[in-house]
Amino acid sequence: MRRIGAAVLSLGVFLAIWKLATVIGGYPEYILPAPEVVAERGWRAVGSGVLWEHAGVTVLEIVLGFAVGASTAVITGVALGKSVLIERVLSPYIVAAQAVPILALAPLLDIWFGGGLLARVAICALIVFFPIAIATMVGIRSTDPQLVEMLRSLGAGPAQRTRLVEIPSALPVIFGGLRVGVTLAVIGAVVAEWAGASVGLGVLINIANQGLFDTPLMFVALVSLAAIGLAFYGLVVLVERRLIRH
Amino acid sequence: MTGTPTDPRGLDIAIGDVDVRFGAPGGEVRALEGLSLDIPAGSFTAVIGPNGCGKSTLLRLVAGLLAADAGTVAVGGIVPRPGDGRVGLAFQQPRLVPWRSTADNVALPLELAGVGASERRDRAAEALERVGLAAAAALRPRELSGGMAQRAGLARALITDPPVLLLDEPFSALDALTRETFDAELQRLWLERPRTVVLVTHSVGEAVRVASQVVVMTPRPGRVARIVDIPLAWPRGPELADSPGAGALAAEVRQALAAEHAVELRPWTGGEAMA
Repeated sequence: MRRIGAAVLSLGVFLAIWKLATVIGGYPEYILPAPEVVAERGWRAVGSGVLWEHAGVTVLEIVLGFAVGASTAVITGVALGKSVLIERVLSPYIVAAQAVPILALAPLLDIWFGGGLLARVAICALIVFFPIAIATMVGIRSTDPQLVEMLRSLGAGPAQRTRLVEIPSALPVIFGGLRVGVTLAVIGAVVAEWAGASVGLGVLINIANQGLFDTPLMFVALVSLAAIGLAFYGLVVLVERRLIRH
Repeated sequence: MTGTPTDPRGLDIAIGDVDVRFGAPGGEVRALEGLSLDIPAGSFTAVIGPNGCGKSTLLRLVAGLLAADAGTVAVGGIVPRPGDGRVGLAFQQPRLVPWRSTADNVALPLELAGVGASERRDRAAEALERVGLAAAAALRPRELSGGMAQRAGLARALITDPPVLLLDEPFSALDALTRETFDAELQRLWLERPRTVVLVTHSVGEAVRVASQVVVMTPRPGRVARIVDIPLAWPRGPELADSPGAGALAAEVRQALAAEHAVELRPWTGGEAMA
């Protein structure tokens, strides 16, 4: 109850400062619209179905991109953590792929993956991959070697050691990576949409900003993205709390 | 793995001229060198020596966790392999998995052997009962005291009823009083169900209290310096420590240790001369 109260209070303070800035600054609507203007625009966008159409596609991209990126990252991270050889061979490519700006890579991936949903999922998955793979590797490496030796003394093979001790003990660190990854999935979806899509919240931002000069609508898209990011982050935290209870 | 028919009195351990080295060539540490030791089936052997003399290495060799660089190791005539069900090992630290209940920790060897859930539960309860932990089955490791956690580690080593039990200083982190009750319980467990027990320890008193023979090791690289037989009758009660027979045997073990580890054991006599 107190947590919800604090969240409502901080939202109220945020909106008040926003409103104050528009009143004191006296900015025109196309630079900084007041919160109630954005709310009213959002209401109309919901009513006309425009917001759902774009948000639905973006949510789908985020869910698929995060699922693909996170699952391959955890598997790769376990392999990197367990084998020094695999880490030596793979990590230069993983780091290099991360260092190349995703904005530059996205149009290329869009072409390679045929420009559809698949391309956007791939771009999203790529940006999600790095923090989760690294977190998993670090988590696996930090397993208590005494527990591993105990399992070994009982005849447990590498796969059993991974399942019984290494992954469970790496979970808190893996979830640190998943928290970062899920917010990056939102960015990945928008970047992918900018690289070539006709629908999605990223597309809506472009339409509102450059086509219609409808800054309140652009704010509606931004606020929606923020809300989607918060919701998915909350979901990850929820799963984390259910899985890690010792 | 768990159903292997074995001599109810345990298996013998034969170690022949074993070398174990650690680290890269050049900077390597010779942990054991030319170590030979025969441990009769059903005996209670204490291995004693200061830190770094290779006692734990010796146990890991018998448990099959470590391969010798030279020489032979056999448990009941066969090269030991982890998980072969012949050896139970309890470590210096309890090494319990923190997110499992005590019962699930104790049942871990059965789980790895593919034993079903209901049989695991029954046998874990039985093993916990034997070490006096029946009430702690549902607790998590962090809810156990140091002594309780060590009991759980012991129960895990005993749950498959292995013919050989290896104990790597399992009580060294406990206070002296708790230790004495543990020594008595070890003795009870061994008398109830005879098997080959090898206990690594720092304590001469403990070694004489519980063992049928005490193996004194040399400093690194470790070898057997001397074996002192402890022909005291069982069961050995707390009054034994004050008996003249036990006192003489303890003195014999101490002398053997002092002869081998003069500098480590009496730094104040040799320290200045060395410097």
